[in-house]
Amino acid sequence: MKTDRIEKQILLRAPRARVWRALTDSTEFGTWFGVTFDGAFRPGAQMNGVIVGTKVDPEVAQLQKPHYGKRFEISIEQMEQERLFSFRWHPHAVDAKVDYSGEPATLIVFKLEETAEGILLTVTESGFDQIPLARRAQAFKANEQGWEVMIKVVEEYVARNP
Amino acid sequence: MRGIPKSRAEDTAQSSAALFAALGDQKRLWLVARLCHDGPASITRLAAGARITRQAVTKHLRVMEHAGLVRSSRRGRERVWQLEQHKLDEARRYLNQISLQWDEALERLRALVEA
Repeated sequence: MKTDRIEKQILLRAPRARVWRALTDSTEFGTWFGVTFDGAFRPGAQMNGVIVGTKVDPEVAQLQKPHYGKRFEISIEQMEQERLFSFRWHPHAVDAKVDYSGEPATLIVFKLEETAEGILLTVTESGFDQIPLARRAQAFKANEQGWEVMIKVVEEYVARNP
Repeated sequence: MRGIPKSRAEDTAQSSAALFAALGDQKRLWLVARLCHDGPASITRLAAGARITRQAVTKHLRVMEHAGLVRSSRRGRERVWQLEQHKLDEARRYLNQISLQWDEALERLRALVEA
């Protein structure tokens, strides 16, 4: 059972170059993600960012407000022109009092594929099995015994007991 | 929004951690599935299908009871165990919420590139 990774796909009706820029231009990335970085993304770069709130969705920006000004660090891995972009981060690293640098990081990979309707973007986040259980509960749905199973169990139960 | 939790997520994160730790065991997941499928059951009945001892079943139920996932009540001469639905609802809501974080971030990306 796959508990180490999350995979998401989205079809973007936009040119490949546009999607690539939104992902790999640090200012553009910050626009939708809600963070400002101290420079340009390049392979191997350690990026220091600050959470500022997304500019794309005011409602989400409002929800991000408690985290404004907090540090947000990512470490760029690969940049294969208009095809693949990857970086590492510490999931849910939002407590200013905690030093996350010694903890394992997850790997986020964006893959771009051309289709007839647009760009199929696949995002995977992996490495969850290395993250301490308490942190996982804060950050995502996965654990070594299979939260996927648990989710199904819970959903089935709730469906039977509305 | 990925990596940036909503404040409500933070509030519930701690109790969810205990909840998920209680479920982080295949035997316990099996017991939850069994109670979910068959309804309230005694330890004897649970142990019969679990291929583990009554003592082990009892131990697992106690862990889950501590996390608020199950409770027991006396029915005639035996004690029966059942799931606490509100606790499972809480788990489901929390899991749904965190699973949406990537979806939400990607929707914002879409809004930007398709504009």
